[in-house]
Amino acid sequence: MLESKYQVLTGPEGYLPPAAASKGVTLPDEGLALVEGTIVPEKDAIEKIAEKILQAKNPFFFPGPLLLWDWKEGVAQKAALVKKLAEVAGIKIIPMPDYRPKYPMINPDIEINPNHPNLTIWHNKIDLCLFIGVHCHYANVALKIIRGGTDCYTIALCGEAGHEDAMISLRDVGLAQLEALIEAVTRLKGVANS
Amino acid sequence: MSKNIFRISPGFEDIMPDEYKELVESGPYGKDLGVSDMGTFKELLEEHPLCAGCGLALSLRLILASLPNPEDTVIVGSTGCSALAFPQVAVHNIHSLFGNQNAVASGLKRALKLRFPDKVKDVVVIAGDGATADIGLDMVMQSWFRSESITTIMLDNEAYANTGGQESGMTQQGAVMNMAPKGKNFPKISLPEIAREAGCSYVASISPAQPKRLEKMVRRAILTAREVGPSYVQIFSPCPTNYKFKPQETVSRIKQHQKEGHYQTKEYINTAAQEYLASIEEGKKNE
Ligand SMILES: Cc1ncc(C[n+]2csc(CCOP(=O)(O)OP(=O)(O)O)c2C)c(N)n1
Ligand code: SF4
Repeated sequence: MLESKYQVLTGPEGYLPPAAASKGVTLPDEGLALVEGTIVPEKDAIEKIAEKILQAKNPFFFPGPLLLWDWKEGVAQKAALVKKLAEVAGIKIIPMPDYRPKYPMINPDIEINPNHPNLTIWHNKIDLCLFIGVHCHYANVALKIIRGGTDCYTIALCGEAGHEDAMISLRDVGLAQLEALIEAVTRLKGVANS
Repeated sequence: MSKNIFRISPGFEDIMPDEYKELVESGPYGKDLGVSDMGTFKELLEEHPLCAGCGLALSLRLILASLPNPEDTVIVGSTGCSALAFPQVAVHNIHSLFGNQNAVASGLKRALKLRFPDKVKDVVVIAGDGATADIGLDMVMQSWFRSESITTIMLDNEAYANTGGQESGMTQQGAVMNMAPKGKNFPKISLPEIAREAGCSYVASISPAQPKRLEKMVRRAILTAREVGPSYVQIFSPCPTNYKFKPQETVSRIKQHQKEGHYQTKEYINTAAQEYLASIEEGKKNE
């Protein structure tokens, strides 16, 4: 496997940040994940996500259409777990119900426009965002724009093979991974409070 | 398309923007609604960015309300003013390179047939007159020659509006515009006749001043494309911005043009399409 030295860190990286893939960052195989461009075991990445969420001042979920719409079996259970994680970890939610370029009419308090995710981040002073249920190509575009123009830490909870352009990227995220995240956040919170 | 796509995941109802909640509660999907139901269901267009009084916007709303099967319809558009409204439309749509719309639509229709052999999927091209009658005419006519099962709808504003007002093949002779200051030298092309000769089974020309007829024609065109052969509808949709008339005068201007004979409502249906349409329209009457 090509080992990249490129670190996918928070921006701003300028108008055209390089795609992490073009810098040699490859997608993880099953059971593995990406943390800042490095391939690690999935469970390490889950631990890291929980830490990052708890350290963040203003974390937000950006759920996309694949999660917001109850379009096939299994989505409702996933949606319930995302809501639970949001409650346990104190994560707020701004939905991305579709990808229409609604510029300039977008209200960044109410929904996120994938073509201008930076507006939502600047406006709400978001320091950590989690993508879930966003179709891959739109996640790629939005993650790159965020890295280009903001200092927001990005996490992609992907149902497919993951995203090089997120700072942390899990792949094949299903019920088990969401439950593990809830468990990790609850545990780390308990440690912090004890 | 599964109508579940219009069901919000439990728990997220409160965070969804209002327009989506409205779409779920009173959208047009699966309800067999039409032009006369307009106002009773959630409009398909959301805060469109076209100019006030734009004839294209009016035509587009009527076309969308006339779709026989909106949840299984894909609209293929082309660069031009109408393309600015498509992102706001709650129907699947593809934006293609200027002039390529009928080639894209042909490929799409064939792919949908292979992918969903047991489902009816309508592919409807909606493009401006520049895209249809000038730069894209090659692709448009070739799709008719090949008998592709698609409907082509031209939003005829008799100009290239989006690029500031050049004359198109559809501009009337003598018309003066920002970028045609000496007036057009040639007459308007008769694309309906060309469509008929090129193999369309159903051809119509109409305007949004006759909404019920427009609805009937759009439905007939789409049904014909499903079962018989390609179809073409030309819709007179004047542009207040480039033709410099008041936004509130769009409909009266259309009526005046029709009265003076510059724009005629016409319908041509070949024998096969006539038989097919008669069978379904008869069936509807007997329901
Ligand atoms: C390949 C290509 N050629 C030219 C253009 C420039 N262009 C953009 S919109 C337009 C005119 C569109 O006219 P029409 O199809 O009549 O639509 P309208 O704007 O009038 O609705 C042109 C020439 C382009 N975008 N792409
Ligand atoms: S320029 Fe003309 S055709 Fe274009 S949006 Fe404005 S009124 Fe409509």
